[in-house]
Amino acid sequence: MAPRIATTAAEAVANIHDSATILIGGFGNAGQPMELIDALMDCGAKDLTVINNNAGQADAGLALLIKERRVKKIICSFPRQSDSWHFDEAYRAGEIELELVPQGNLAERIRAAGAGIGGFFTPTGYGTLLAEGKETRVIDGKGYVLESPISADFALVKALRADTHGNLIYRKTARNFGPIMAAAAKSAIVQVDDIVQTGQLDPEVVVTPGIYVDTLVALGGKN
Amino acid sequence: MSTFTTTEAALNRDEMAKIVAADIPAGAFVNLGIGQPTNVSNFLTAQQGVTLHTENGMLGMGPVATGDDIDEDLINAGKIPVTELPGASYFHHADSFAMMRGGHLDVCVLGAFQVSEAGDLANWHTGAPGAIPAVGGAMDLAIGAKATWVMMGLFTKTGESKLVEALSYPVTGLGCVSRIYTESAIFDLSGGTVTVRSTHGISFEELAQRLPIDLAKAA
Repeated sequence: MAPRIATTAAEAVANIHDSATILIGGFGNAGQPMELIDALMDCGAKDLTVINNNAGQADAGLALLIKERRVKKIICSFPRQSDSWHFDEAYRAGEIELELVPQGNLAERIRAAGAGIGGFFTPTGYGTLLAEGKETRVIDGKGYVLESPISADFALVKALRADTHGNLIYRKTARNFGPIMAAAAKSAIVQVDDIVQTGQLDPEVVVTPGIYVDTLVALGGKN
Repeated sequence: MSTFTTTEAALNRDEMAKIVAADIPAGAFVNLGIGQPTNVSNFLTAQQGVTLHTENGMLGMGPVATGDDIDEDLINAGKIPVTELPGASYFHHADSFAMMRGGHLDVCVLGAFQVSEAGDLANWHTGAPGAIPAVGGAMDLAIGAKATWVMMGLFTKTGESKLVEALSYPVTGLGCVSRIYTESAIFDLSGGTVTVRSTHGISFEELAQRLPIDLAKAA
């Protein structure tokens, strides 16, 4: 089925409900779907579980959701940064739960969810605090940790361009978590600079096939 | 692998970076960690043909971007704007870490709090009460590359060796470090044996006295 095309970011996120689990793309600000996050702020959904590489930067996007205590749990690899003051405050106040995951395990857990994998053994984290309580196995003399998939109700993703089938292309390192998050969510909501007619994207360069995309919104952009 | 050498003065940061750069094999795929390791890129030569990987999804990373070249969609793992070189490629995060974990990178250079004689690495968390932990790609990098090298100061501010018998800081990866570059000496680690390749501003004998582990001297 072709994706729903929303006319505004607010319309795109209107179905997000309290207690939803949301994958949010971006590595730092690159690929962070800022307008969709702003719309999520405005829609009022709370008690959210958010998966992102970081825990918000400065006074924008995810940092503001955390500041307003709308996020009850964050799953990320790198929360502490020089400008993560809203997360730091919420964490020290005991008002946000943190699940810290090595970055490659975070990516693979998201990929696994989209690929229907029930779990996987990874060498990353073996013998560390982040593997405590997890099943381990030695395979061919090397230690591995059992990790589980991370699926979600929604994904908020930023791509460069879509066609009306939902096929996506990205731009430079802003691609980061976008493709795997779109696949791992029940409902993938994607903001793009522009939406072109079907047939206008070269099938050879499509990065995310439209099968993974549920809602599109074109917000313009400087690229 | 090399003849023992010594210099009168300790190495400064640029000298360390220059030695690391010269040790990287021609044509290698390399990931340079945040901090001191990033400086290594300034001493790689075009003739070496080294390709730099950044964990956020790029091979063929070029120098830091300035002026009109700054593009918010093109950043490195430290979230600093960078440039792309001819032959660059972009890929998503799962591919980027599969590339790392799958043993496709030849060398990764990281900073460290401590390294043990068995090559165990601590560089992600001090374990201090109240410290907010953050791991990023440290654990993936430590165990993923074919060779993991560390750049660090050899001693803490209070003079204790950061090359230790057993880690006191939380582990990043077990048995993963094969070489350590410090201002005072360069070490090769293999099978629990620590071999001093060179000393700088300190003799082998003094070094052996100050470190809490047994040291072998390169031939």
